[in-house]
Amino acid sequence: MTTTIHVLQPVSMGRRVKNRIVQGLVWLAFAIAVVPLVSVIWLVVTNGLKRFDLEFLTHSMRNIGPRDAGGGAYHAILGTLEQVGLATLISVPIGLLTAIYLVEYGSGGRLARSISFFVDVMTGIPSVVAGLFVLAFWVLILGLGYSGFAGAIALSILMLPTVVRSAEEMLRLVPNELREASYALGVPKWKTIMRVVLPTAFTGIITGVMLAIARVAGETAPLLLTVFITDSINSDPFDGPQMGLPLYVFDQAQRPNITATDRAWTGALTLILIVMLLNLVARLISWWRAPAKGR
Amino acid sequence: MAKQIEVSDLDAYYGSHKAIEGITMTIEPRSVTAFIGPSGCGKSTFLRTLNRMHEVIPGARVDGKILLEDQDLYGDDIDPVSVRRTVGMVFQRPNPFPTMSIFDNVAAGLRLNGRRSKSELEGIVESSLKDANLWNEVKDRLNKPGSGLSGGQQQRLCIARAIAVSPAVLLMDEPCSALDPISTLAIEDLISKLKNEYTIVIVTHNMQQAARVSDKTAFFNLAGQGQPGKLIEMDETSKIFTNPTQKATEDYITGRFG
Ligand SMILES: Nc1ncnc2c1ncn2[C@@H]1O[C@H](COP(=O)(O)OP(=O)(O)O)[C@@H](O)[C@H]1O
Ligand SMILES: [Mg+2]
Repeated sequence: MTTTIHVLQPVSMGRRVKNRIVQGLVWLAFAIAVVPLVSVIWLVVTNGLKRFDLEFLTHSMRNIGPRDAGGGAYHAILGTLEQVGLATLISVPIGLLTAIYLVEYGSGGRLARSISFFVDVMTGIPSVVAGLFVLAFWVLILGLGYSGFAGAIALSILMLPTVVRSAEEMLRLVPNELREASYALGVPKWKTIMRVVLPTAFTGIITGVMLAIARVAGETAPLLLTVFITDSINSDPFDGPQMGLPLYVFDQAQRPNITATDRAWTGALTLILIVMLLNLVARLISWWRAPAKGR
Repeated sequence: MAKQIEVSDLDAYYGSHKAIEGITMTIEPRSVTAFIGPSGCGKSTFLRTLNRMHEVIPGARVDGKILLEDQDLYGDDIDPVSVRRTVGMVFQRPNPFPTMSIFDNVAAGLRLNGRRSKSELEGIVESSLKDANLWNEVKDRLNKPGSGLSGGQQQRLCIARAIAVSPAVLLMDEPCSALDPISTLAIEDLISKLKNEYTIVIVTHNMQQAARVSDKTAFFNLAGQGQPGKLIEMDETSKIFTNPTQKATEDYITGRFG
């Protein structure tokens, strides 16, 4: 018979070594993950800064010969802002209402389950297919022609599932106790959703919308099929071909001249900056809304 | 304006599970009624049937009759929203609205139910916070978030929010179970003060609390696992705690089970 004696022991050598090894592996994985990110940013910034000037931001490519330096992406910046803006205007209301239905009203019913299923299916649609769909339906069958708006429709098809899923997740995070607290004050359900649930989920919903925007802002294929390409400024997204920054990068990068390649890099840099700026704005909005403000 | 509640033969279900059965009782106005009983015997469920919060849960339903003075709460033409305006509720865990300031939390019920002038709101918020014994602690930071208060203060904020819409009845589901003794005492004081104006029903796990604050006590119990909870007896609090009619009540209050 042995009696157990309780002795406090130091951490064994084996565990110390294992701890070190795992720690090393975690650091290595982190470094490997960061290398591509840093090198992409480095390449874009160093190459893009060459042409990142006022002319680039304020001029289009109209009347710029194939070998000419100069020219800019004003038409593309304008196009991207309009196309992504319109896509956001289409997909956010639809997506938010869908999420509200799924979380607040559907509660696992047949309709809610099938909507959920189709949202999952939509998530898997390749972006070219969304572009092809709009090309076939809007541009060819309805004969409405290439336009920024056609591109916006294609982008909104891609945005919609992201918006629905992220908004749904955020609404589910709102504790049920808050809804009950509101009902118990004699507040009707729709008003509870508008005044208690949505404000509580607001920050998260904005973040989700920003992610969706960032995702579609760089889409090229669907725009190529719906917006087409132009070298001139077209500020009307409802009429005629437009440009977009991804299209601009694609177009310039194909041209054989170094001046065009430089423009392509600067276009890429501008796109990254626009997405970052939007993120910053979203952060500011949610920071401003997050704590309870004065009366 | 406190009101009397008359419950007759009430059953409540969650889907096909019957949680409480055959409850009949009268709750007197301008008094405090305490519900006691072991966990899971349906005290919260019954409390929530009194302001039609029970049916908010998917699949939940109620059978029976509840009269508030002379109106049937479950009458065909009664709007549950108006019932909840008349019968307010304070929950077990303090749940102030996290996006709202202290002021907005108290004003929430009034604001969400229609427009009020700012001065009117300010008056009601001040008097509600005073009634809830919280005014002195928060008067200098009314526009700070309500979630920054301590647990006991948050619970009193929730009470202020509930009484700001001037309900006739105030239901409280274990309002002190998450609080320290000092906050508990503050809330018990508050209950004794509020009973002059409201009909108060409080669920509590704390026998001393029931004995301290209530005029009448109702004891609920389960016949067994999976069986619906039932009202065993209801009487003057002093009688329940000194000389209960039922053996189960005596066993429970003397701590022999539950
Ligand atoms: N949301 C719910 N869904 C299904 N069953 C519930 C729900 N809430 C409570 N119940 C059941 O109803 C019974 C009574 O619960 P409850 O009213 O919370 O008891 P108490 O408040 O006395 O502890 C329990 O058997 C519990 O499992
Ligand atoms: Mg309970």
